[in-house]
Amino acid sequence: MDAAGARFIKRKLANYGALALSAASAAFGIFFLFWILKDVLVLGFSAINLDFFTRLPAPAGMEGGGLVNAIAGTFLITALATVIGVPAGIMAGTYLSEYGRKSRMASVVRFVSDILVSAPSIVVGVFVYALLVKPFGGFSAIAGAVALAIIMLPVVIRTAEEMLKLVPDATREAALALGAPHWKVTVHVVYRGAVRGIVTGVMLAVARVSGETAPLLFTSFNNSFWNFSLTEPTATLTVTIFNYAMGPYEDWHQKAWAAALLITAIVLLVNIISRIIVRGKAE
Amino acid sequence: MPEKTDEKVRMPLRDMPEKRASDSGPVAAARRYASARAGDAVFKGAAWFFAASVIALMLLIFAVLLKESWLSIKTFGLGFITSSTWDPVALEFGALPSIYGTLVSSAIAIIIALPISVGIAIFLTEMAPKRVSGPVGSAIELLASIPSIIYGMWGLFVFAPVLSEYVEPFLIDHLGFIPLFSGAPLGIGMLPAGFILAIMIIPFISSVTRDIFRMVPPMLKESGYGVGATKWEVIRKIVIPYTRSGIIGAVILGLGRALGETMAVTFLIGNAQNISISLLDPATSISATLANEFTEAFEDLYLSSLVELGLILFLITFVVLAIAKLLIARFSYQGGKF
Repeated sequence: MDAAGARFIKRKLANYGALALSAASAAFGIFFLFWILKDVLVLGFSAINLDFFTRLPAPAGMEGGGLVNAIAGTFLITALATVIGVPAGIMAGTYLSEYGRKSRMASVVRFVSDILVSAPSIVVGVFVYALLVKPFGGFSAIAGAVALAIIMLPVVIRTAEEMLKLVPDATREAALALGAPHWKVTVHVVYRGAVRGIVTGVMLAVARVSGETAPLLFTSFNNSFWNFSLTEPTATLTVTIFNYAMGPYEDWHQKAWAAALLITAIVLLVNIISRIIVRGKAE
Repeated sequence: MPEKTDEKVRMPLRDMPEKRASDSGPVAAARRYASARAGDAVFKGAAWFFAASVIALMLLIFAVLLKESWLSIKTFGLGFITSSTWDPVALEFGALPSIYGTLVSSAIAIIIALPISVGIAIFLTEMAPKRVSGPVGSAIELLASIPSIIYGMWGLFVFAPVLSEYVEPFLIDHLGFIPLFSGAPLGIGMLPAGFILAIMIIPFISSVTRDIFRMVPPMLKESGYGVGATKWEVIRKIVIPYTRSGIIGAVILGLGRALGETMAVTFLIGNAQNISISLLDPATSISATLANEFTEAFEDLYLSSLVELGLILFLITFVVLAIAKLLIARFSYQGGKF
């Protein structure tokens, strides 16, 4: 075989080798996704039962009991965080898309939100501890909710801006030309056009914070009993997983897997549903 | 984050206020005009207020962390980041083991995640047909939505035993002559933490890289194919050079994530306040130290030192993320010129 032919084969082999490695990388990612999900499903289902959803935790070391208070706590704190974070985020996103646009202020807000999106969530926990826990003398549900709202805020801002920007300017101009005030155009025309995207983004943000643990460790802390007061320590599923998984009892580990299944199922379902909504929109 | 789409937006004119008889006349028109002006001012003011509050929030985080860590800064000075003693009993605190652990575990994560993420991006953009790349891309992105506590718990109960049973003894037997791989096969330590971090940041790096690869003008690639280049040659000599600064930005973005990641690291790093050359030994990181010790810190100086750790982490990630953002922004601007 001549030199050119050998070179050709070498190039072909390098090509197939590189492409095979690329395919292997994708397989690597999917392998770990399914491995993790399989264990969460199998171990979670073997541990989950009706008591898990209806009963309070048993005393340490005892068998039985459930995590109904932590389930309620997760919903309470996530809902509260949504109430605080979402309107603020949508208003700030409205500023970026409708008023600030290319102004200096808007670009600073964008920069800061992009930094905050990836800021370590545990630092947010430390910040809220210093701001709301230490001065007011104790861990509380409201402190946990504020921490989650801070994590949610930049996500909502950037999603709201992206979605509002998709509404064409011609639409705004048409409504303005009819004599509608700017704010009415924003609320009745622009929001209306972007509502699907914004709702999807908010769902994703809520799902993301409902799985957060680090910011709750020093804010809402934990509680073995029912708590309906916003100023008391409150149990959540994620902090309970942390404490139970690190703890010494086999029954705690079982409960932690059940809680892991519940929280993973909720987060993944919301993600998959919003993906389908977005895809349906694109077609 | 939802993907950008180009949906046509309906014009919901049906909700525009209907004209009534009482609405006519110059007085009513003036009143409407005045109330519209007032409404505009209020709405715009509220939007501005919430936008400004984001900047205020960032400044407040810095200010509060600085104030709370002042006691520790005053007591230890620069020695805080150069000392490796972490002794809550003697109230002597040095952050070096935590900082070292944060940096090394993140570096391991990047070394593992970078080639795999680029491989995934190549697979999704250059190889797979659309009906394969859609589901595979979504599956990889789902990895990002699994809460970090799940990674941590799975890592501790499932992955660590596998590592200590099969992987680490192999590493020690065959690579044990390198100090990095000496020690006992515990299943928890710097390397396991870095590996789990890699799996967690792969979806971030690969999805940014994928989006950037898609922005390479087809003309450039086609001219490569036109002169007889193989697919890999087009990727290596056209796609990757063209997107280099974007890939670097994506990696730094992943680095920002890895630096601040808490739960998975806390479960897997072993929580030992020491600096060991071996990657198999237990170590700690800033976030793991905070997660483990914050609620147990009753002395003011202890708490203040922990807050200072948080401040250091915030500063590191701030710088890293700012660099990433500038690199990615510059790239997308260049891409827009074509």
